[in-house]
Amino acid sequence: MSAAETRGSMIQVSHISKRYAGGYEALRDVTFSVESGEMVFITGHSGAGKSTLLKLITAIERPTAGSVIINGQNVSAMKSGMIPFFRRNFGLIFQDHKLLFDRSVFENVALPLAITGFPRGEIAKRSRAALDKVGLLGREKARPIALSGGEQQRLCIARAIVNRPAILLADEPTGNLDTAYAEEIISMFKSFNQVGVTVVIATHDEDMIERLGPRILHLDHGRIAA
Amino acid sequence: MNWLLDHLDNLRESLARLARQPVASALNVVVIGIALSLPAGFYLGLGNLQTFSRQLSSDPQISIFMATDAGAADIAAVEQRLKSNAEIGRVEHITRDQAFARLKRSAGLADVLANLGRNPLPDAFVVTARNNDPAILEAMRDQALKWPKVEHVQLDAEWARRLDAALNVGRMLVTLLAVLLAVALVAVTFNTIRLQILTRRDEIEVSKLIGATNPFIRRPFLYFGALQGLAGGFAAWAIVSLAVLVLNIQLQDLTGLYGIAFKLEWPGFNDTMILLAFSALLGWLGAWLSVSRHLWLIEPQ
Repeated sequence: MSAAETRGSMIQVSHISKRYAGGYEALRDVTFSVESGEMVFITGHSGAGKSTLLKLITAIERPTAGSVIINGQNVSAMKSGMIPFFRRNFGLIFQDHKLLFDRSVFENVALPLAITGFPRGEIAKRSRAALDKVGLLGREKARPIALSGGEQQRLCIARAIVNRPAILLADEPTGNLDTAYAEEIISMFKSFNQVGVTVVIATHDEDMIERLGPRILHLDHGRIAA
Repeated sequence: MNWLLDHLDNLRESLARLARQPVASALNVVVIGIALSLPAGFYLGLGNLQTFSRQLSSDPQISIFMATDAGAADIAAVEQRLKSNAEIGRVEHITRDQAFARLKRSAGLADVLANLGRNPLPDAFVVTARNNDPAILEAMRDQALKWPKVEHVQLDAEWARRLDAALNVGRMLVTLLAVLLAVALVAVTFNTIRLQILTRRDEIEVSKLIGATNPFIRRPFLYFGALQGLAGGFAAWAIVSLAVLVLNIQLQDLTGLYGIAFKLEWPGFNDTMILLAFSALLGWLGAWLSVSRHLWLIEPQ
């Protein structure tokens, strides 16, 4: 691969496999790359390896074989002390939201900034801006439990973008939402992508993306299908 | 400035956590307090006994008794040797007649001595050494025993030295006790923090996923552990002080009967500070071990 090609790619996955203890092979020899500023959907049936792929990209899990290079950094060779700083490149939207129910909406959004160590004034400003983007500014004092499913998803998105990440990774962001909500969420992702954020979305909801006509990576039993 | 605010936040948060569960926190603090008060109390008691024994054995005296058949020349030779010894400060010669006279004056013995018809007492020297070092005193005793016509040499401070040796054994016991209970304190904190981690599992997981470093995750728990340890240290101090207060009242009656002025000292400022620092440090250590273990367990393989 030439240097010119490497420069433009944000995510470069080469020949990765992931085998879990017990012999289950979630991914087999997967290779693809995502350019900086691109928006890509990863599709496939449940159990096809979408979530595993996202976990390998963010160094939540380590591949059994192959390499993952994010923005020029080789994740497979990264020392564990560097991983927290590496993760700050990502905005992560989890399938199960992973919101903190004992904290307010505002505190949930502020968490990544507190972790990065921003000054308080900056934390408040950026958190409100992120909440405003997802339309939750009026709910900052509420507890996540008081939010509807769609609102919880938007809160999760606000927390993912508050750090202004280079890459947004979403695992089934429209999973349990009705069509109207799902479209709203997808259009949010499109707007982030338009300002230059690389977006990778794993979904099984093929209807939703057909209308968008984006680049699709289809996983089938742990392999990239043509 | 920012990190300072963060630390203050953590401190405030930890205090709030302690206050949120007053009963559980109080029980932990009491357990730690009692555990620490045992070695601290023994340590204080030993210190007091040592001061007491030092007071009593402050005079490094040696008594040298001549044989009863010692002639004037022998006695003079011994006196000469004692006076020329640089280690010896004062030499008092008590002749057998003086000793006899003194003994006669003692109540009840006059009749007995009168019936004896002769003076059974030897000449004696009471020697005060310049140095309280037991090794020097013992060397002096051994040396004096070899002189002609010296019958017996007695170190008057001997019993005080025996007490001192007993105190050394006591001190070793206190050290062992302190080590054991320090381990107990670490274990108590470890467990408290473990329970806290269970209730804050999600927070730790999410924080790790979005880029929190291990020190960032540990910090609030470390503050909590140190604070709890510190509170336990205060409790130990209070327990020991209360014990001294109560014991002194009883001791006054006892020592009054023996005609000695003896009072237990309060824990000193330095000792108190060491106790508090030590308990906070152990709490911190227990928390560190607990969180580190959890972080290690959730580390992806």
